[in-house]
Amino acid sequence: MPVTLLSVQKVAVRYGAIQAVENAELAVAAGEIVTLLGANGAGKSSLLNACMGLVPLAGGQVHFDGQRISGTRTEHVVRRGMTLTPEGRRVFPGLSVADNLAIGAAASPQLRRETAARRTEMYDLFPRLHERQKQLAGTLSGGEQQMLAIARSLMSNPKLLLLDEPSLGLAPNIVDQIFDIIAALRARGVTILLVEQNAELALDIADRGYVLAGGRIVLSGTPGELRASGLERVYLGAH
Amino acid sequence: MEYFLQQGLNALALGGTYALLGLGLAVVFSVLGLINFAHGELMTLTGYGIFYTLLMGVPYPLALLAGVLIAALAAVLMERIAFRPVRNASPTTMLLTSFAVSTILHILFQNLISARPKAIPVPDAIIGAVSVGSMQIGIIQLLSIAITAVSLLGLTLFLKKSLLGIAMRAAAEDFNVARLMGVNANMVISTAFAISGILAGIAGVLWLFQRGSVDPMMGFLPVLKAFIAVVLGGLGSLTGAVIGGFILGIIEVSLRAYLPDGMLAYRDAISLTLVILVLFFLPQGIVPRRESVR
Repeated sequence: MPVTLLSVQKVAVRYGAIQAVENAELAVAAGEIVTLLGANGAGKSSLLNACMGLVPLAGGQVHFDGQRISGTRTEHVVRRGMTLTPEGRRVFPGLSVADNLAIGAAASPQLRRETAARRTEMYDLFPRLHERQKQLAGTLSGGEQQMLAIARSLMSNPKLLLLDEPSLGLAPNIVDQIFDIIAALRARGVTILLVEQNAELALDIADRGYVLAGGRIVLSGTPGELRASGLERVYLGAH
Repeated sequence: MEYFLQQGLNALALGGTYALLGLGLAVVFSVLGLINFAHGELMTLTGYGIFYTLLMGVPYPLALLAGVLIAALAAVLMERIAFRPVRNASPTTMLLTSFAVSTILHILFQNLISARPKAIPVPDAIIGAVSVGSMQIGIIQLLSIAITAVSLLGLTLFLKKSLLGIAMRAAAEDFNVARLMGVNANMVISTAFAISGILAGIAGVLWLFQRGSVDPMMGFLPVLKAFIAVVLGGLGSLTGAVIGGFILGIIEVSLRAYLPDGMLAYRDAISLTLVILVLFFLPQGIVPRRESVR
């Protein structure tokens, strides 16, 4: 039985009167790719941000790697080994590629000491970034920015990578490249929780999946089970 | 030609002071979105710090250093005590808090020290002028320009080369993502305030060289000018703050030098009109703030 890395129990997120996530239960085991599906506004990003400690929980608990992380600060979560590549890439446009990567390793003194070595590893993984290491991130193409955003998250050597909509706004051939990278990451032992609107792509690569609608987990199972249970209806119903 | 060069140096010296003050405002604004109206009081605190350390018999250069450090410490404490509790409140709340801090300090200076100016002697060594060719150049002006240049260079190196500096730039572009990467938000904000305090302190020293005294209102006018410089340069842009500071210095010195005597009273009105004209064509300022792609 593989070790449970991330466990989300009865988590609720509220923004004022708005209920973004309600009673969410989710688990990710080491070595898995788990996908979290749902329409726009279903609460996917809120749930990820809550796991990272970026938004406060209105209820429930989050455990990571055997320890409770809900209520701790984001930098502690990063140090424990979980990072998030945010939706829309959000690279620092005015910083060089190399400096963007350095920020990815800012969470602890040990990571900071390993910055140079980790950066070399990232350049091996993403040769395009190596070519452009001195360039400002804002001048990169969308696909390159997505690679940089993923590499920046990997700088902290995470056990679990949360990927929020990595295909958003990218051309189809670039999306294929990004999904190849995701598969390569799993081969390197990184566990991945993948949030996607593009359900077909995500189910092709994932071991298991959850479907979020209206802030609640409404379906879970293997890709086969999810496809069989009428995923489209959930999507349409959420609109 | 000589007169022009002389006025050029004056503009550099005055503009440099505005640039340092503007940078202090911009550093805090870029990470926190707060216009700190208590920035002028940091400058005033430098003045009183120098006044009292001199009174205690501390040698002059050390007293200047103490004045700058007091401003830096005060800035960090200001953030810790007044701004941190309202950090997640609306920008208006933070703005009003900074007004309150400014007013409280101002009243404390008046009641605990004096409403009247306290003289701070300027050492003989830096009064006077050196001759370059047939030109007489004030030592204070040269010193101001040199100190400004060193400060700007030091800050640039810090922001470009140190991880904390890079983290500050990252936080200025996208605070949430910087936090997401594990950048310590409190650390970045405290550093921003410390830098703004040091810059206000250095500007305070330069201002004191010109005025020779400190009173509770000392920081008000220069920081008002610096605020104008920051808006002119582009709110939130550090480069913009420096450019805006120098432009405002050039405008003010040129008007003082070349306006007919009868018009001198309208100097500030004319310089503000020029600023408004620039903003009319460049409403985001000269260097608009880079927004991250969302």
